Amino acid sequence: MIKVQQENFDVSAELAALTSGNHAIGGIASYVGLVRDLVGADSPDDALRAMTLEHYPGMTEKKLAAIETEAQSRWPLEASLIVHRYGRLEPGEQIVLVACASAHRQAALDACNFLMDWLKTEAPFWKLEETGAGEAWVDSRASDDAAAARWKVKTDRAAE
Amino acid sequence: MKVLYFAWLRQRIGVANEEFDLPGDVDTVDDLVTWLIAKGPGYAKGFAEPQVIRAAVNFEYVPFDHRLSNTDEVAFFPPVTGG
Repeated sequence: MIKVQQENFDVSAELAALTSGNHAIGGIASYVGLVRDLVGADSPDDALRAMTLEHYPGMTEKKLAAIETEAQSRWPLEASLIVHRYGRLEPGEQIVLVACASAHRQAALDACNFLMDWLKTEAPFWKLEETGAGEAWVDSRASDDAAAARWKVKTDRAAE
Repeated sequence: MKVLYFAWLRQRIGVANEEFDLPGDVDTVDDLVTWLIAKGPGYAKGFAEPQVIRAAVNFEYVPFDHRLSNTDEVAFFPPVTGG
């Protein structure tokens, strides 16, 4: 299931709803992303006041659904969920929830990791950071591309 | 066609989206970028490093040699930073 929303989410309620009534599920792996303040380490002016997430309505939902379908085709998942927020968020607030439920632990953990790597490089979201010094768009990270690429190599090999 | 811009590209160009008829000399995404750059300094600034810009047509990522039609929704944006 895909949810793109401004409002906050309740992790326990989301996980309970995800597994409700399905006794084939042996475990849930989940990841919750938070707004962190790394830039403020040096001076108060650099402290993060807020982060605004912009996205591309329509494409976001389509890409997240495609990424989820890909995860379900690679691992034996009983249920999966991606919740991603947009709009203005303050440090400590929840941004994203990914959860994968499976009969087995490894499938749930791997699928969860895969979903996070792929959504970081494929889902059309952009972060604008607001500090005492002004506003700045967050740059994409080469390490995120590398993290997503390792799953692609596996697919290519599997296809051979 | 409809063209959308996001994040710093939107800020540099100064509009979030616009609609116009596919220009006669525009065949591909790459042609459209060249045509937009000639429209004004905001576009030229936005597309100054076209290799970092990603393009999507009708909600799917496309390479810059993708051919366009007048009914397409085209989006241009910087590398994504969600999650």
